[in-house]
Amino acid sequence: MPVMNIKKFSFTYPGVDHPSLRDINLPIEKNKITALIGPSGCGKSTLLRAMNRIHDLYPGNKYDGKIELLNEQTNQYSNILNIKKENEFIQLRQQVGMIFQKPTPFPMSIFDNVAYGLKIAGIKNKTELKDRVEIALKGSALWKEVHDRLNVSAMGLSGGQQQRLCIARAVAVKPEVLLFDEPTSALDPISTGAIEELLVELKKDVSIAIVTHNMQQASRISDYTAFMYLGDLVEYDKTENIFLNPAEKRTEDYITGRFG
Amino acid sequence: MRLLVNKIFLALSVLSALIGLTFLGWILITLFIKGLSSFHFSLFLNDLIEGGLRNLIIGQFILAGLASIIGIPLGMAAGIYLQEYGRGRYASLIRDLSDIMMSAPSIVIGAFVYAVVVIPTGGTSGFAGAISLAIMMLPVVINTTDNMLSLVPRELREAGISLGASKYRVIIDIIIKAAKVGIMTGILLAFARIIGETAPLLFTSETSNYFSLDLTESFPSLTVSIYDLANEPEESSRDLAWAASFILTALVLVINLAGRFITRNKH
Repeated sequence: MPVMNIKKFSFTYPGVDHPSLRDINLPIEKNKITALIGPSGCGKSTLLRAMNRIHDLYPGNKYDGKIELLNEQTNQYSNILNIKKENEFIQLRQQVGMIFQKPTPFPMSIFDNVAYGLKIAGIKNKTELKDRVEIALKGSALWKEVHDRLNVSAMGLSGGQQQRLCIARAVAVKPEVLLFDEPTSALDPISTGAIEELLVELKKDVSIAIVTHNMQQASRISDYTAFMYLGDLVEYDKTENIFLNPAEKRTEDYITGRFG
Repeated sequence: MRLLVNKIFLALSVLSALIGLTFLGWILITLFIKGLSSFHFSLFLNDLIEGGLRNLIIGQFILAGLASIIGIPLGMAAGIYLQEYGRGRYASLIRDLSDIMMSAPSIVIGAFVYAVVVIPTGGTSGFAGAISLAIMMLPVVINTTDNMLSLVPRELREAGISLGASKYRVIIDIIIKAAKVGIMTGILLAFARIIGETAPLLFTSETSNYFSLDLTESFPSLTVSIYDLANEPEESSRDLAWAASFILTALVLVINLAGRFITRNKH
């Protein structure tokens, strides 16, 4: 049972006539990593950003179709495109977190960064906060490096550490889905390796969708891969099938580097 | 030939820079010599009526302080509105108005406050002076807040929202903190600007020879008193005006340097 189900989804940016995404059908499987690949401008980030409705920060977007999110308690799907109220948005984003291309540490201490989402979610108890911050930092393989300087500003961490901090911050609120928008494209190879290992580790607890330009990365870490091109979802399958035996000519051309 | 043009151009720009600096230096040196010769620490202990400047310096700070209490929250709120919420024509109208206000002659603002505050309330007062200075300050604070918030990367807002924070929480907890240094510098520069203003106070607070904390009456102001003293026939009054100018310049200089120091430490 996929944790998210995108059905006949189309998306149009404000002031544009033609939709940037057309008729997308895509499941996000539970406790798996789903990679979205495709050349620049194909709409993969647009799709990812629809999955927690972060587009709605900027008014005038048009959604069509459905994006269903599984409620893990009731085992029922609800269409997130119907959300209108602020408190429902807040709930959605606590269920579906997001990590960005550039690390986005908040201008506060390492501890406060990780505790931020927890405090927003209403956790006030100091010991509980401490415990959850520690668990999140351990889960993001950052605890060893920062445990003795939790009160230091997060802005002083290296780029790779900042990105892992952002992951810890997102993991701390125990989301069901985490969306990664090219999370390693601003990082060096060693930090990238650390983040990739972390993602594979994280899928025990959370379902992951990742946009990446790096096809090796998609093949290394993902279980499923969706290839997108010019606003269409061309092909979706298990990652090994996409990379070893693609059904579509366009997929094969992209993967073998003939265009893109 | 090109080398020659290059040299001439260089010489001309150096010359212009020197001329500009000469006048600045001249002002500072004159101020320093004239001001220092009449400067004495007893100026800080006596009020104007006893030949000192104590009440004027304190009064000027109270006026500027009160103006800041009015102007900073209002200006920041407006700047936040423009950058974070304002869209379309209404917001750009406010932004344009604020830019125009920035270059409004200060005497005009003084005249405006005279018409809408001083006349209805029946006389000059510290409040009227503070309001006048607050209006001077407002566009600077709006503009700085607006600009500094615009420098905060979009992803930082999105990251906050993605953690389930509401928009106003993200603005208060994250965005303002990220822009804190820039906004503080702007506020400090706005303060440095109003602390040296005369025209907005000339017929709003006027000045007073006595120490006063009563903001409903004419209020002691260093700048207005410099203007008055400089017009007096007695040598001693004019010397006092020099000393006051010297102190004022030093204050403005210190505040400006503090502003620069904060920015430099940031980068």
